Amino acid sequence: MSMLVLEDVHTHYGKIEALHGVSVEVNKGEIVSLIGANGAGKTTLLMTVCGMPQASSGRVVLEGRDITHEPTSQIMRSGLAIVPEGRRIFSGLTVEENLHMGGFFNTKSEIRKSQAHVYELFPRLKEREHQRAGTMSGGEQQMLAIGRALMSRPNMIILDEPSLGLAPLVIKQIFEIIGHLREEGITVFLVEQNAHQALHLADRGYVLETGKIRLHDTGKNLLENPDVQNAYLGG
Amino acid sequence: MAANNFRHALFCAVVTLIISIPILGLNLEAKGINIILTGAKTSTYVAIVLAAVAVFVFQAYRDSIMGLLGKLPNFNPLADKEPMEQSKRVKLESWILTGIVVLALFWPFVVSRGSVDLATLVLIYVMLALGLNVVVGLAGLLDLGYVAFYAVGAYTFALLSQYTGISFWMALPIGALLAGLTGMILGFPVLRLRGDYLAIVTLGFGEIIRILLNNWTTLTGGPNGIGGIPEPTLFGMEFGRRVKEEGNTSFHETFGIAYSGEHKVIFLYLIALVLAVITALIIRRFMRMPVGRAWEALREDEIAARSLGLSRTAVKLSAFTIGAFFAGFAGTVFASKQGFISPESFVFLESAIILAIVVLGGMGSQLGVILAAIAVTILPELAREFSEYRMLIFGAAMVLMMVWRPQGLLPMRRIHITLNKQE
Ligand SMILES: Nc1ncnc2c1ncn2[C@@H]1O[C@H](COP(=O)(O)OP(=O)(O)OP(=O)(O)O)[C@@H](O)[C@H]1O
Ligand SMILES: [Mg+2]
Repeated sequence: MSMLVLEDVHTHYGKIEALHGVSVEVNKGEIVSLIGANGAGKTTLLMTVCGMPQASSGRVVLEGRDITHEPTSQIMRSGLAIVPEGRRIFSGLTVEENLHMGGFFNTKSEIRKSQAHVYELFPRLKEREHQRAGTMSGGEQQMLAIGRALMSRPNMIILDEPSLGLAPLVIKQIFEIIGHLREEGITVFLVEQNAHQALHLADRGYVLETGKIRLHDTGKNLLENPDVQNAYLGG
Repeated sequence: MAANNFRHALFCAVVTLIISIPILGLNLEAKGINIILTGAKTSTYVAIVLAAVAVFVFQAYRDSIMGLLGKLPNFNPLADKEPMEQSKRVKLESWILTGIVVLALFWPFVVSRGSVDLATLVLIYVMLALGLNVVVGLAGLLDLGYVAFYAVGAYTFALLSQYTGISFWMALPIGALLAGLTGMILGFPVLRLRGDYLAIVTLGFGEIIRILLNNWTTLTGGPNGIGGIPEPTLFGMEFGRRVKEEGNTSFHETFGIAYSGEHKVIFLYLIALVLAVITALIIRRFMRMPVGRAWEALREDEIAARSLGLSRTAVKLSAFTIGAFFAGFAGTVFASKQGFISPESFVFLESAIILAIVVLGGMGSQLGVILAAIAVTILPELAREFSEYRMLIFGAAMVLMMVWRPQGLLPMRRIHITLNKQE
């Protein structure tokens, strides 16, 4: 049963085409990793799902609904959440206010429940509840970004390089949490430079090269693939 | 001095000359039916050259001069204080605001008529600044044409009173709603623009409205304006010596007291006070509501806010509309206070002053905005001899402000810049 399907998606920035016909499928309950070099178009692919920018041709289908031409505000209110590249927390707001923004379209009691749940996943955030988010460490900010995305109780979460710029210990923590999300039944679509860990965790993986899908296989097979090892796993 | 600096300074001096010679050095004079161009006195030219030299010297040594400015002692006692905790702050702010309102209630009974009149004007600016604060301070949309909505409110009342004889109390909501509607209609196409572009387009709108008012003579009377705008009544009681509207009674007769011109002034002041308080309370309410948080979120990070499902257009439009609504509110009061309005009251300078109040007040904080409104309106009046230099003093104050306290008098949130520790 597919959660998200991209069919021959082309995306343009002005006249420049960044995605040249990408097809990806993410099934319900899976963790799917997307790896690729800098500038391959990973972020573009994820943002196209969110409608910023919209695909110029092809189809994006979320839980059986064609969202190709839907506005971002509508897409993001239907069970999809994203942890954007570079975290993008609201640095002037407190941790708690950030979380509340994540649950913007939920009722008060729903917000209370999800907040407690997020604090359970990230006890560190609870300790920093009233701290201004911009003053937290990089790792804490990343936890907040994930927590904020979880506030809307999504069926599917998209993460764009959650390990970027973090120390190994924190990265390990983050990957553990991502594994935990799958156990909760949340579908995960993950973009990572950290190919080794990402493929290890993933059920399936895609390799994106200059706007095209080059390879796609199970995580395990990709880890053993000599081309992937050469290009993304440091030989 | 680097060669680059020198060239830049030379360029600035030349620009000064190019701009000031035609503006100050040449005069148009009407001789009979002909208009002739005459040169100014030699002293003017000398002054222009001196100004150009001054510009050159300043630009050439700008870095060291600005460095010196930064080293000046800071007279602001709050400057180095640690920020207060948010909840404590909000409480303190509420107390101070209540104090100000109570003080303001008694104020008109102890001071002169002129002071009350001025205070009414301050209150109108408070309303305007609180409204613009939503747009600029909270939503982060730089609106340079805010005065357009003020004009819509004022002209709505003026025109309705002229053609239908509407009363102040009826016009108040209509003027505000119409201004809000104008904000919504104008905002819709332009709110996609960001930053500087939005500023320029709103600046244009402000001018378009003013020029429209100036030239649509059949409707608005053009530069001659509209007069005879009625004052507010109190439950059908008028404050004039004689009752103008049929069915109304007069205030001094009803209460059996002698007629005094002061009653009217004080009454207007009290109305403005009540409306300013209502404005502050409503906007405070908005700030606490989800829509208020949405404004802040969108200002802080547009992509993040959108990725949470917030609609950029809806959020921005709500701020723009609410801001315009209160400008219309203020405009109606202004029209009623003046009794006469013309496009001259709605020039760009007004937008600039209101914006200056918001910036001086600290972008977002209501108390800051109120204090700044008082300062900006009253200070020039206190220094009347300098009134011609009002703008100059203003500019100097802004420069000092940016050197000492770039976040405004009472910023809503202190901006912390800290390096993120890596774990
Ligand atoms: N807003 C934009 N306007 C124009 N071109 C863009 C824009 N964003 C991305 N691009 C271009 O699209 C291509 C793909 O960029 P994208 O950010 O999707 O790559 P990425 O795989 O996420 O890279 P990284 O690993 O560095 O994050 C690049 O060539 C980039 O220059
Ligand atoms: Mg990227």
